[in-house]
Amino acid sequence: MMEIESIYLIILGLLILSIVLCIIRVFKGPTAPDRVVGLDTINTLVIVGMLVFGIATRSVIYIDVAIVYALLSYISTLFIAKYLEGGEF
Amino acid sequence: MISEIVEIIVYILLAIGVFFNLLAGVGLLRFPDVYTRLHAGTKCTTFGSIFICGSIVLLGLKMWYLGDSDGSVLVIHTIGALIAILVTNPTGAHAIARAAHRSGVKPFGAVVDDLEGKPARKSAPKKKEAGR
Repeated sequence: MMEIESIYLIILGLLILSIVLCIIRVFKGPTAPDRVVGLDTINTLVIVGMLVFGIATRSVIYIDVAIVYALLSYISTLFIAKYLEGGEF
Repeated sequence: MISEIVEIIVYILLAIGVFFNLLAGVGLLRFPDVYTRLHAGTKCTTFGSIFICGSIVLLGLKMWYLGDSDGSVLVIHTIGALIAILVTNPTGAHAIARAAHRSGVKPFGAVVDDLEGKPARKSAPKKKEAGR
């Protein structure tokens, strides 16, 4: 078990607090685009959290996972927006 | 000596980045309609991500300077992740805003819609709009 400095744990806790605020918006949102905005923000925050976890444990594999997660979540956001627009794929 | 200065700069950059990411969450919860929530949720997270990635790049450069060869790999991959965030985040926000307007969501307190009739409606032919 590698030692993690406590400053990174505090930063990860604050990022998780922000994710919880976004989850509240996802459950409350009056319309469907509100929920999609919440999911898009959660995706970006998860990417940043993976970067912070990668530097906290000094391992590069989390940062590679963050790159792939960024590109895949972008594709999913575009497809959900296309679906809301009512167009055919 | 130089290691302590780099540590202090890294902590300041991390604090700025986390502050803007928290503002994104608060703004997403407090703003009244879709477009203002998009404004808060996308721009604040992009700005905060730039600062957090900058702090990680500085830490990787310090590791590389002190003789750890993992530092260079960390710097290059973090810059790749930052470029992925910077390209994909505003594009996704634009797609969501266009989809929200075309599916009929009005801005909060709006009286006149200046874009009325300009984008494609559901009855309009789709093939003509696909090239734009």
